[in-house]
Amino acid sequence: MGMTMTQKILAAHAGLSEVKAGQLIMADLDFVLGNDITSPVAINEFHKAGFTDVFDKDKVTMVMDHFAPNKDIKAATQCKQCRDFCGEHSVTHFYDVGEMGIEHALLPEKGLVGPGDCIIGADSHTCTYGALGAFSTGVGSTDMCAGMAKGKAWFKVPSAIKFNIIGKLPKYSAAKDVILHIIGMIGVDGALYRSMEFSGEGLKNLTMEDRLCMANMAIEAGAKNGIFAVDEVTLEYVKGRFQREYKVFEADPDAEYDEVYDIDLSQIKPTVAFPHLPENAKTFDEIGDVKIDQSVIGSCTNGRIEDLRAAAEIFRGKHIAKGVRCIVIPATQAVYMQAMEEGLLKIFIEAGCAVSTPTCGPCLGGYMGILAKGERSIATTNRNFVGRMGHPESEVYLASPYVAAASAVTGKISQPSEVM
Amino acid sequence: MKAKGTVHKYGDNVDTDVIIPARYLNTADHKELASHCMEDIDIDFVKNVKEGDIMVAHENFGCGSSREHAPIAIKASGISCVIAATFARIFYRNAINIGLPIIECREASEKIEAGDEVEIDFESGVITNLTKGESYQGQAFPEFLINIINKGGLLNSLK
Repeated sequence: MGMTMTQKILAAHAGLSEVKAGQLIMADLDFVLGNDITSPVAINEFHKAGFTDVFDKDKVTMVMDHFAPNKDIKAATQCKQCRDFCGEHSVTHFYDVGEMGIEHALLPEKGLVGPGDCIIGADSHTCTYGALGAFSTGVGSTDMCAGMAKGKAWFKVPSAIKFNIIGKLPKYSAAKDVILHIIGMIGVDGALYRSMEFSGEGLKNLTMEDRLCMANMAIEAGAKNGIFAVDEVTLEYVKGRFQREYKVFEADPDAEYDEVYDIDLSQIKPTVAFPHLPENAKTFDEIGDVKIDQSVIGSCTNGRIEDLRAAAEIFRGKHIAKGVRCIVIPATQAVYMQAMEEGLLKIFIEAGCAVSTPTCGPCLGGYMGILAKGERSIATTNRNFVGRMGHPESEVYLASPYVAAASAVTGKISQPSEVM
Repeated sequence: MKAKGTVHKYGDNVDTDVIIPARYLNTADHKELASHCMEDIDIDFVKNVKEGDIMVAHENFGCGSSREHAPIAIKASGISCVIAATFARIFYRNAINIGLPIIECREASEKIEAGDEVEIDFESGVITNLTKGESYQGQAFPEFLINIINKGGLLNSLK
């Protein structure tokens, strides 16, 4: 029986010629990631367990992005603990304020992750790197600690759901709409313990940034990983960027899938996930008048340059509605710089938006845009759970940068065509 | 190994943001995390929970963020076992890795009610509802994972 793309990567990293769904394996890791929230727990465990060295100083990274620039004394203490640890162990890829970006935008951009890799990260959105054709999955701090020390992790080999992508997105429909549509269709546990594999002739119409956005939210369907077939778009992206040797894995023609879905991009409409689950996806024929207090444009899902260009396209020559706060957060320093050079920051500021240094901040209710009781935010982020962006009685609506920008302009949840 | 206690009951998709809201993640202190456990969906949990109590929920328990602070907060609050129909996968491995006993059992998740007295035998996977006089067969861990648990968690098993 053939193997899925994920199974082939896992078999290769476990030193096996074949693996089957359900099999428990120990795999070698190519890269191990942590952030300023999850790393301190891993560092404490590292010391408690009596480990003395990281397995490879070039294959471990810590990115200070969640509560950095430090939001308070406790956050400062956690960042300091990471900084000290990375200094002590000569960790090459330590990203502090000024260099850092949101981890899942930063690592692909820096060429630290690539096709065929086996990666764990102590952050659930580590599944993002599946966009590059890697097996990449979120774990907790203890797994991160073991990965840092030994370069290994245990996995239960997943089965897979295949998404056969066809067609091309219409104007103002975005990759975010595609993934919200899929999560709405299969539910927040629709891919539980399984892989979501994306392939098909429509892939050529999805940019690397589109793919990063979609793979990023595989976890919101409960998936172990999301993964895209490697094609010319992938190879063009990693060329001159990826710092190690990459390997291209393809699913066997006779690979078995639990389910296969055809996703016709031409049918995708602007979509909004209503509180309090990402599966509550609605298109505009089902959305009435929903007033908003805030719009957040950024995050590991939608803080890349194409996302900012999309928002700027809506904002150009317009101003946000009175009473609405709009916060734009470029995901990395390079994105920030690019946005500046392209004049996007000027468009945002003239439209009345606040533009922030890279941070995860508001997405997880950390800081930089917390909601009060009863307030509502539209956001290009990835979760709309109870209390996710602040008060337990506030609400988060997930959408694309086009929709988040259009909504900021009108003051209610709006599709781009309403303002263009 | 066995666990026995009073049940705290929850529904589907209990996410890690409600188990321990991110606003408290500026610390890794177990007791401090436990003092905010479940507060966004059950403000009284911390007040009511006693050492040894059991948490029961329906589908996809622990979905969302990979924060290990979630199973840590539950364990440090005194909970001796979480029973659910299904667990989100990162929560599942985090619980095993830190030594919070968990068990999957759809029947138990449906029939057990808040306040029931429940006993779990981890070796056999049998869950006994002492209040209702019923028992349910939960899914025992595969050998690979029992090995990790018996060695005292992932890090000890790698030594």
